[in-house]
Amino acid sequence: MIEKKMITKHIGKIDPHSIEDYIKSGGYKMLEKALGMKRLDIHDEFEKSYLRGRGGAGFPVAVKLMALAQETAKPKYIVCNADEGEPGNFKDRYLMENNPHQILEGMLIAAYATGAKKGYIYIRGEFEQSMKTMKKAICDARKHNLVGPNIKESPFDFDIEIRSGAGSYVCGEEFALLESIEGKSGRTRVKPPFPTSVGLFGKPTLINNVETFATFPVIIDMGGEAYANIGTPSSTGTKLISLSGNIRNKGVYEVPFGVPMRKIIEELGGGVGEGRKIQMIQLGGACGPVIPEYMLDMVIDYERFEEFESKTGAGAIIVIDDRYDMFDILKRVSEFFTHESCGKCTPCREGNLHMLKTLRKFVDKRASEKDLSLLETQARVMHQTSLCGLGQTAPTAVISTLHYFRFGYLNRIEESTPEVR
Amino acid sequence: MPKIKINNMEINAETNETILEAARAHNFNIPTLCHYPDLDIKSDCRICVVELTGQKGLVTSCSTPVKDGMEIKINSPRALNARKAITEMILANHDANCTACVRNMNCELQRLSESLGITKNRFENVLEEKATDESNPSIVRNTNRCIKCARCIDVCKKVQDISVLDFVGRGQEIEVSPAFNKQLADVFCTFCGQCSAVCPVGAIMEKDATEPVWDAIHNPDKEVLVQVAPAIRVSLGEDLGLPLGSVVTGKIVAALKMLGFNKVFDTNFTADLTIIEEGHELINRMGESGRLPLITSCCPGWIRYAEHEFPDLLDNISSCKSPQQMFGALAKSYYAKREAIDPKDIYVVSIMPCTAKKYEAQRPEMSLNGEDPDVDAVLTTRELAKMIKQMGIDFDNLREQKFDKPDEVTSGAAAIFGATGGVMEAALRSVKEILEGRPLEKLDFDKVRGYEGIRETEVTIKGEMLKVAVAHTLANARKIAEEIRAGTSPYAFVEVMACPGGCVGGGGQPYGTTSEKARERIHSIYQVDRLMKIRKSHDNAAVMNLYSNYLGEPSGDLAHELLHTGYTNRRDT
Repeated sequence: MIEKKMITKHIGKIDPHSIEDYIKSGGYKMLEKALGMKRLDIHDEFEKSYLRGRGGAGFPVAVKLMALAQETAKPKYIVCNADEGEPGNFKDRYLMENNPHQILEGMLIAAYATGAKKGYIYIRGEFEQSMKTMKKAICDARKHNLVGPNIKESPFDFDIEIRSGAGSYVCGEEFALLESIEGKSGRTRVKPPFPTSVGLFGKPTLINNVETFATFPVIIDMGGEAYANIGTPSSTGTKLISLSGNIRNKGVYEVPFGVPMRKIIEELGGGVGEGRKIQMIQLGGACGPVIPEYMLDMVIDYERFEEFESKTGAGAIIVIDDRYDMFDILKRVSEFFTHESCGKCTPCREGNLHMLKTLRKFVDKRASEKDLSLLETQARVMHQTSLCGLGQTAPTAVISTLHYFRFGYLNRIEESTPEVR
Repeated sequence: MPKIKINNMEINAETNETILEAARAHNFNIPTLCHYPDLDIKSDCRICVVELTGQKGLVTSCSTPVKDGMEIKINSPRALNARKAITEMILANHDANCTACVRNMNCELQRLSESLGITKNRFENVLEEKATDESNPSIVRNTNRCIKCARCIDVCKKVQDISVLDFVGRGQEIEVSPAFNKQLADVFCTFCGQCSAVCPVGAIMEKDATEPVWDAIHNPDKEVLVQVAPAIRVSLGEDLGLPLGSVVTGKIVAALKMLGFNKVFDTNFTADLTIIEEGHELINRMGESGRLPLITSCCPGWIRYAEHEFPDLLDNISSCKSPQQMFGALAKSYYAKREAIDPKDIYVVSIMPCTAKKYEAQRPEMSLNGEDPDVDAVLTTRELAKMIKQMGIDFDNLREQKFDKPDEVTSGAAAIFGATGGVMEAALRSVKEILEGRPLEKLDFDKVRGYEGIRETEVTIKGEMLKVAVAHTLANARKIAEEIRAGTSPYAFVEVMACPGGCVGGGGQPYGTTSEKARERIHSIYQVDRLMKIRKSHDNAAVMNLYSNYLGEPSGDLAHELLHTGYTNRRDT
């Protein structure tokens, strides 16, 4: 078995709506353990764990935690990013709907370690069930004196509120998300300053992904060093993989870093349909690179993924079989980003539409070599100069296919009507 | 001090400086578009991207702080190509019919495109034409030219604290607009025009009045009078190639005569008149326990703001018309009578640093006969510069001329109306001297001068201590107005100007006005005052003659009929 259930080990065994179930299975014990620890020792464990953010960017978690702890401005906020809007990703929803208390416990540990008094969970607007489950979890935790003032009769206070998204993809970007919590339209901010110094309502804020928070109790339980022994040297622990596309067993799987993708697709996913071949795989979601089948022996690993001009740690694997036209897929991806761009910075606002227009030419077999060079410029400039992750990664699929499937572009130009060529 | 390298040159940068600041301090030019000195750093346009050695992406120099050891390449092929492509993208979604634009040859986008050597656009034109908003008398918004730099949004939000403009929609469909895509006339816009002054392109501009003015000038049946506001004489020169802060009063008179105006008058004359009227109003209110503080009424942006945001304070606002409107009323009464001209044949033009003045002139109460406006047309500083250029006048070499009588006599007190604190100082000079009955020892009220957003001072008049305050920008006006509303305001007299720096920083002033430039102009204004023979409004014999020959007593019946007005609660409309 390549699966290794650490953060998902209770899932399926407990009723997510029952706090008693969670407590019976050892839940909130790690909060108690943390409350008995010196704050610096908690930071020490996180540093040893070498845990990296699970939202996609892979930033070292201990660095952010320490930065927030050292801030003197008050109040400090903990924000859980549950705006899982990236197409092909559904692991945060899986966690929220199946084990909500583990996320709360993670937030509580982070709050205790950093001196934050207030937390927000920003949940994607479409996730109605997640919202219900998390709400109930917070209410139950409050009744059990696990959320609110004087938690577990200690001087530690921490309250958590839920905020609902309203359907905007870019609100998953940390600054747009903070703006949205503040009641403003979801557009990113200039950085620096970063959220740990100037975040929510202008105050120091730790913002992490659902999966990251769900990992905190695991690290407190087993210790940072033991956690770091799992996975690879640059990518420790386990990762939730959202497996989807033309695959038999779609779903969320927890695997240690270092597992080859081919194994995930074949052993866990059961491979593609009868008589089909894998044409390409998109990693991370719509914003991730599209790679050919021969690269599937690559292992899941942050450093390995960074070799593409993209950060793809959110852990989606979208399998595309040989029935589909690459340009049709690229066009759909591009339509998505054109629709979701917030419009604040020029390259993303204008670039997406231009890229879409050029891709349509490839779909319709009206493309020339000039279009190819234009597409390269559009993609490169957007990637290099956009203000936030949306614009920077919107052209990833194009950039990666230009690299791995260049023949596809050249063939399409060949196939195009002679007048445009 | 961080040691950095820009284009291979070693530089000692300042701590906390951005790359852009460090580069400019050492004479490296990095082009920008959304950046504006007094506004927030937005890093929206991404034009100022530079390459950092060892970094994959490019960074915006406006928002990235320098770090020790940083190696910056401003014009690496990557940075240059990106800048070019971004500019082409902007141009592909921009009404680039440059020759038919008010900003032609004075446009930041045009300059950028030229400096990057863009001769053709690789990107397909994607502009979807939308209607222009010409709903109000002051400001026209042409979104087809908008490049979404957000300067206007910033100035409306941060400087004026009004937030009439914001982004609407998202992605490619994003648009700068009032809420719910309403027009400016249908929302609470004060028409201050700060948005038009900071716009880098021709997307927001004053409503052009040069055509009707030309028509009037060329109409032999019209007696066309023009008045020149105090702030114009220290700013117009900039738009005509003269150094910042040049005082060009006599040249303006000469130019206006060359343009064909029949008479050229000075708004400073009615500014002196305003002081007499407002001064008496203050004296009356102080005496008979009238409503205090008295708030100045010269600024039409402030008036509209108060009518909407603070209708409960309208009784605090002086009933005096602004100098512009006092002039208009006198032109169509006193002047018409004196010259025996039918008021209908008199066409009054004002040169104002202001877009809200266009709106003020069209307020229904600003008409003596209830039909024709007392002031027929208002031109901004920029529009006058345009007319002078249209006529090919060599402005710098004009021989100076004097204003027509009686306006050749004005005081230094009137001259400083153009600067924040000026009306306050002018009023204090007169009120103190009139009430105390002996000459002032010191004419300069230094505490009300300066650039702080709100300034206050205490003045002793006949042994009684009077607290006064000066506010510029509407954000600061709000602070004072809220104090008055709450009953915690200690002031007897308050001056409010809507624009930063007062009229010198008005929305109709030359493009690129910054606090630095406004300060320069203020400096020039106080110099004009210092050199004046008369420096107190009530020492202006011509004004006092006007009272004895025509108006009667200050604050008297005729003065009230011609020189005072009322305000409307616009909160609930």
